[in-house]
Amino acid sequence: MEASTSVAHPQNSAPNAKSRASILDSESWLGWLLIAPAVLYITLLVGLPFLMALYYSVSDTTTGGGSMGFVGLRNFTAVIGTPKFQTALKNTLTFGLISQVLILILSNALALALQRDFPGKRLIRFLILLPWVAPISIGTIAWLWIFDSTYSVLNWMLRLTGLVQGQGYMWLGLPHLAMGSIIAVNIWRQLPLATVILLAGYGSIPQDIHDAAAVDGAGFWRHFFQVTLPLILPITLVALLFGLIFTFTDMVIIYNLTRGGPFDTTQVLASLAFYTGIAGGDLAEGAAIALFLFPLLLAVALGFLIIAHRTEVT
Amino acid sequence: MATVELRGIKKIFGTVAAVNGVDLLTSDGEFLVLLGPSGCGKSTLLRMIAGFEKPTGGQILIGGGLMNDLPPRARKIAMVFQSYALYPHMTVFKNIAFPLKAQGVTKAQVPQKVEWAASLFGIGHLLARKPRELSGGERQRVALARALVREPSVFLLDEPLSNLDAQLRASARDELQQFQRRIGTTTIYVTHDQVEAMGLGDRIAVMKAGQVRQIGTPQEIYDEPADTFVAGFVGSPPMNLVRHREYILGFRPEDFHPRNAINSAVKTAPFKFNVSRVEYLGADRLIYGTLVGDYSDQKVIARLPVTVTEKIDAGTRYDFTVPEQELRFFDKTTELRTSPQPV
Repeated sequence: MEASTSVAHPQNSAPNAKSRASILDSESWLGWLLIAPAVLYITLLVGLPFLMALYYSVSDTTTGGGSMGFVGLRNFTAVIGTPKFQTALKNTLTFGLISQVLILILSNALALALQRDFPGKRLIRFLILLPWVAPISIGTIAWLWIFDSTYSVLNWMLRLTGLVQGQGYMWLGLPHLAMGSIIAVNIWRQLPLATVILLAGYGSIPQDIHDAAAVDGAGFWRHFFQVTLPLILPITLVALLFGLIFTFTDMVIIYNLTRGGPFDTTQVLASLAFYTGIAGGDLAEGAAIALFLFPLLLAVALGFLIIAHRTEVT
Repeated sequence: MATVELRGIKKIFGTVAAVNGVDLLTSDGEFLVLLGPSGCGKSTLLRMIAGFEKPTGGQILIGGGLMNDLPPRARKIAMVFQSYALYPHMTVFKNIAFPLKAQGVTKAQVPQKVEWAASLFGIGHLLARKPRELSGGERQRVALARALVREPSVFLLDEPLSNLDAQLRASARDELQQFQRRIGTTTIYVTHDQVEAMGLGDRIAVMKAGQVRQIGTPQEIYDEPADTFVAGFVGSPPMNLVRHREYILGFRPEDFHPRNAINSAVKTAPFKFNVSRVEYLGADRLIYGTLVGDYSDQKVIARLPVTVTEKIDAGTRYDFTVPEQELRFFDKTTELRTSPQPV
């Protein structure tokens, strides 16, 4: 008996050690464990509200409660015909597309410049990143002052340089100027991210390829359009995709600067959805407006990713 | 056709002189190899000739014209890179056509020239493929065809064979040399591989620490090394270098024989050789060991061809000799070649 217990002792502790090891060693369990917080976060804070929005858009619910009854596509058909919606849709596309075209051109130029070595390059890189790092509401409030109708720094500078006489412009009060202003702020806001993405793209092209193009006789434009640009096309599409989605789904700039005015000339779908659903209390219609662009964005995203995947750059 | 001339070329990165005063003149149509260990400045030198790097000092002349301030495209050169640097998004056809279009060759002539260059390297059937669908050897040929197609006056090659496997490298070396002889374009070839350098070059420039230590035909470099660095860098195994009195004595492993294996009429220098290890390599035997007596235990290697049948065992002392005409003498302090001394 004595002998058997002394043998049993190490046997008893063995399964314990084994089970402790197996949870951390088993890749399938550890994988789930590590990914669980992200899954939980996405499910609760993104997935659930998204499903709720999907249902709201086909119900007759309001912020005051209500029946939550199913009404089919009535919200969509009701809202699509209204001039307010059509203006917002047009503004969304104008705002988004003009912003992105300018961001692509400017971020390419910036990334190309930042590829070169020059004194103070690190400082410039840091300064360019600032608008992306600073909280957007603080940034846009600063812009509110820059565009202010009475105290506008911009007008003051224009007067000082003699480009404008008298009062100066009502930057946020005139339709075209207001759209131009929010586009400018959006570019200021998104340029850093696009530049950083493109910088990574430029950096991934081997120096030998650039040298080969130089020795093969390509000048700046041929080199850029026939060698560099095709090689960074996939990553450019990723930058464009981020930019489009951020622009189409965000309303902070518009909310802080123009509230959609003057006369709805800067009202976009995201802000219209907010004013209709939250401020106006019609949750169902607000959800329908917010979801209107979802299928389009999904298709654009898929298209871009497929092109990026197919482009052979290695 | 053109010559390349370098006058006092220097390149300083920060405080480091990567290239430190190189003078060089190729003859027309010559195959010149820049040989040296990594970090010796040979690639930097080539990049300056190509125009990717600006020299800190000195002059670069191609075909008699000063090139220092001209961009690469104006130098009438073509370059093949170690990585081949093919444009990954273009087909083989477009890769080869790229320099033609950049040069403004008329549209009608482009396909004709591309096919001519492709046929020279036997890659005519690959024109529709993308680089990633090619093997290493095929990529190398595409890179050569792209370099050749616009008929440059100078070819620059930066270790173009180092990404090929050993077997392919031997045949590619052969093809490269035949092709260069046929077109007769002045070629500068950078490598750290002495076998490649010996096999390909009309002349070899051996570099170390940013300077050319010796320039000469492969035979001159091998038989008459200008200093101990060249002696120790070229040859496999390299020249034995042993300190002796006021000089350094050098002799090739293949000139180091057992005393009995050599014709007694030849004047020889005797050595006592303690053998520590014997390596059989099929055609040769490599005998490792130390010299004793006057030479204070310095390590040397002997290379005996299979025709020398004398039995050699590890752990035994033998009488070895070197024919006096094969002894090389170097100064102990400058390490430069000096006149023969009494042994």
